[in-house]
Amino acid sequence: MLPAPAFLANPERFMAFSRWAAPLFGALAVVLATAGLWLTFQVPEDYQQGDTVRILFIHAPAAQLGLFVYACLGVASFLALVFRHVLADAAARAAAPLGAAFTLLALVTGSLWGQPMWGTWWVWDARLTSVLILFLFYVAYMALRASLDDEAKAARAGAILAMVGLINLPIVYFSVEWWNTLHQGSSTFAGEGKGLAPVYRPPFYLMSLAYMSAFGSLWLVRIRGEVWRRRAEAAALRAARA
Amino acid sequence: MSRLAGLLARETTLAWGRGGGPLVAVGFYIGVATLLPLASGPEPERLAAIAPGLAWVALALASLLSLERLFERDYEDGALDLLVLSETPLELTCAAKCLGQWLATGAPLALAAPVAAIALGASPALAPLIVACALLGGLAFAFVGGIGAALSLGARRGGLLTAVIVLPLFTPPVIFGGGALDAFAGGLPWQAGFALLGAYALAAVALGPIAMAAACRNALS
Repeated sequence: MLPAPAFLANPERFMAFSRWAAPLFGALAVVLATAGLWLTFQVPEDYQQGDTVRILFIHAPAAQLGLFVYACLGVASFLALVFRHVLADAAARAAAPLGAAFTLLALVTGSLWGQPMWGTWWVWDARLTSVLILFLFYVAYMALRASLDDEAKAARAGAILAMVGLINLPIVYFSVEWWNTLHQGSSTFAGEGKGLAPVYRPPFYLMSLAYMSAFGSLWLVRIRGEVWRRRAEAAALRAARA
Repeated sequence: MSRLAGLLARETTLAWGRGGGPLVAVGFYIGVATLLPLASGPEPERLAAIAPGLAWVALALASLLSLERLFERDYEDGALDLLVLSETPLELTCAAKCLGQWLATGAPLALAAPVAAIALGASPALAPLIVACALLGGLAFAFVGGIGAALSLGARRGGLLTAVIVLPLFTPPVIFGGGALDAFAGGLPWQAGFALLGAYALAAVALGPIAMAAACRNALS
């Protein structure tokens, strides 16, 4: 992981790499998701959850990615803040809406699963609540960047907020966990959560990898778009001066 | 040291004197605390169960209100430039600002909190803990909120943006304080929540100024 940012820090090299890496990850995501979804509908029904168990193969990887993307956002922001690297900032900016989308997908699919299984769209369970707060972290980051006109200032302010969020996220997770155990035992999870039955593992891992590849592809595409946008703005500035 | 004392005196005076000072925050606090029973119904049993929590959330909202002025006016009239240029580290200046904010609005709010909670139906025995929680929580709200206020300097719709940034960061203190009050009201050990609230407040006091100073330098660059 570590040598990759150093190697890709050069924008020329990054553009050359992402030019073939982005479609490659995209194709990989399509293949993996096709196989994963096919398996999702092949596996037998769960003896407790019935058909709704299939939602989990869409839901759980989205939740994983929601957290993973925030880690990416934090690392990219750190690199942008400390080394003042333009590409790292482009990466941070590009990651935020993707992470928010994955988190929202996790919330929506979780809600769709919760309605038949728990009989309610939403419970104030520790995990649900902390994922909701994670989504709010993304919203705050995007709102901050959107409302500062100066791009360099928006970049640094966003990076500072992402670092603050990175420190706070574990505290939020701990506090929500503490709050939940204080108020009530999680009856909703009693009787399960002893790990995935072996028959459900292949589609889960496939979908997990598919989400990861999709994120990789979309992230690269969005960073490329960011680089092109900045080049176009620089060119427009040059043309205006000439 | 005397320079820092002077700075703290300046910030406290400004926070106390300008634009109504604690009156606005306390007025807002009482207003929110009045609306809550109007929305949820006046039955005393139902209100009493949630009174400490309501008072606590209203406190978080009220401390949000005065955040906007924390850096914005100094930023607009150029005083922040001078504060950056002074020999006092900007981190300490930011800490003094938040401390002044806490003294001028956090402390009056802490005194108003038990009144509101008891009016909502909380047991009077809860009052000392409410004041202690409100003082500690106010410290956390001021120092975490300062980060949001500093980050949204120069932004369009700064006040609303500050709230969007800061509210998710308020979750841990709201949970810890609410948990302590809830446990005390239920006759359970409340020390854990109170200690965690104190830990969070101290961490915010220690780390918040670093982020605030970075955000101020960025806004002025």
